Amino acid sequence: MADLTSSGAAAAAPGTTDAHEAALKAYSRKKRFSPFLYVPVAWLVFVIVVAALAPWLGLWPADEIDWVALRVPPGANEAHPLGTDHLGRDLLSRIIYGARVSLTVGFAAPAIGVGFGMVLGMAAGYWRGWIDEAVGIAIDSWLAIPGLVILLLFALVFGGSLFMVCFSLGLLFIPTAARITRAATMKYANREFVMAARALGASDTRILVKEILPNVIWPLIAFILIDIPIAIVIEGALSFLGLSVKAPTPSWGGIIAEGREYLETAPWISLIPTAVMFTTVLSFNLVGDAIRRRMADVKESQV
Amino acid sequence: MRYLLRRVQRLAIVLAVVTLVTFLLVNVLPGDVAYEMAGINSSEEEVQAIREDLGLDRPVLVRYWDWVSGIFTGDWGQSFLNKEDVWETITDRFPVSFELMLLAQIMALALAVPAGMISAFRPDSTADKIIGGIAFASVSMPSFMTGILLIYLFSLTLGWLPATGYEPLSEGLWANLKPMLLPALSLALVEWTVLMRTLRAEMISVLQEDYISLARAKGMSNFRILLGHALRPSSFTMLTILGLQVARLLGGTVIIEQIFGIPGIGRLLIHAVFTRDYIVIQGCVTFFALVFVAANFLVDVAYAWLDPRVRNERLAHG
Repeated sequence: MADLTSSGAAAAAPGTTDAHEAALKAYSRKKRFSPFLYVPVAWLVFVIVVAALAPWLGLWPADEIDWVALRVPPGANEAHPLGTDHLGRDLLSRIIYGARVSLTVGFAAPAIGVGFGMVLGMAAGYWRGWIDEAVGIAIDSWLAIPGLVILLLFALVFGGSLFMVCFSLGLLFIPTAARITRAATMKYANREFVMAARALGASDTRILVKEILPNVIWPLIAFILIDIPIAIVIEGALSFLGLSVKAPTPSWGGIIAEGREYLETAPWISLIPTAVMFTTVLSFNLVGDAIRRRMADVKESQV
Repeated sequence: MRYLLRRVQRLAIVLAVVTLVTFLLVNVLPGDVAYEMAGINSSEEEVQAIREDLGLDRPVLVRYWDWVSGIFTGDWGQSFLNKEDVWETITDRFPVSFELMLLAQIMALALAVPAGMISAFRPDSTADKIIGGIAFASVSMPSFMTGILLIYLFSLTLGWLPATGYEPLSEGLWANLKPMLLPALSLALVEWTVLMRTLRAEMISVLQEDYISLARAKGMSNFRILLGHALRPSSFTMLTILGLQVARLLGGTVIIEQIFGIPGIGRLLIHAVFTRDYIVIQGCVTFFALVFVAANFLVDVAYAWLDPRVRNERLAHG
């Protein structure tokens, strides 16, 4: 008897598992990342590795002036593969050291903003009432000032250290992060598992951290991914205006701004960092978009 | 009406908070304007005298109250540096920035509406994918980079348009527009993508409505369906975005005016920031916030006016 059922089950099972597996395979094939994605990923890995290893690459010091090589075009001088700027500083080295600034800000600022925004949004969405109202007004006021103005003021008040640039840029991401968290928190605040935890006598803090946080964190991670390129762009704009890290420290926006004066005689000073920055931002956008879509699919399939 | 009143109330609170925050922030700026005015070789007494003269020795909140009540009576204070009336300076400069922003939005719409309609007409078609790709690339290109590239291409290489400068409208329309085209385009090339994506998303769902099928069944041409029947109901969210973009555009003009040497409010602000002219900074930021709030209010009004359904729905929900 046992033999029969098991063989019967075995006879039926292969058919279903085959169909199931085929469907799964088809699904994962459809959802596999496009091969085109390897290009931006490779570029990002390359930029990150080179930036991280910059001090050990045997580059020209980024702010050392080569008096015999002012405004050398790329390829003309073997010592300076990407040429030099108007002061005879090595462009390759400045771009690589500039990448350190851009990447640090790109990763740190959204993380800082999401950290603060998450706390605010969870508080507003969980307790509602006057906290919600107060957070709402704070967010609206924050959004009413153009971000660049906030940054201008902060740059002047707190000076041009890398930490302060990350911090003040991070502040810009608070409102949206708070809104996303608030909406997500409200969705989960009245779900059964939260009520169950409350019935068991869990404190508000415990419910927020153990029950709600794991649920609201996913949209926020997607949000960080989208914000990395935005942070890099804003830092670029800020250093373009001369309000990011202080002058001798190279940054992409700063190099582009310095080259503005020499656009006619030495266009490469501006155009090469522009190309590098564009490629990097585009790569972050492409990768972030792909991961975000993938995460949306995963979420949908779980529901 | 009640809905609009609530909005007004909310916006008033926003303005109050914005002015207070800027005032406090600006007033903790290190290195105050008194030093700047007194010059390098001045004694501490001289600096102190200037400070008293400007009223900078009084408590911050007293000064805030003075300044805010001044704004209501049209007295925005005078620049610490050149004694010019702040309100007059701002109203002098703002039309220039306004023209820039207006041109930029017109260009952005001119790109976004056709592109969005083509994309929405057949989603996932080749045309849709190409437009999506271009949009993706232009999002990755901040306006200051676009500005540099446009100057390099159109001014330095082709020599078609001037790289910097500004001509008042009194010099003639074309003379006035010519130096504005590149800066406006730099802004538009960033802003159009958001508009295009919103329009596309909304139009895709509108095109599935029954009345579109009816129009198709009547044998109406695709062009007429898209333009005459689908565009208006698809453009509400885009209009909201248009209003929200005002804040970003104001930020964008700060950089673009710097690159192209346009004497708008953005350059005024940057100059004030570098010379620590508090009262001008405060004035500019307050003005930015006012413009932002006004733009949002107008969007709300336009929304209700364009779509009676929204108006009634929102009223019902209070």
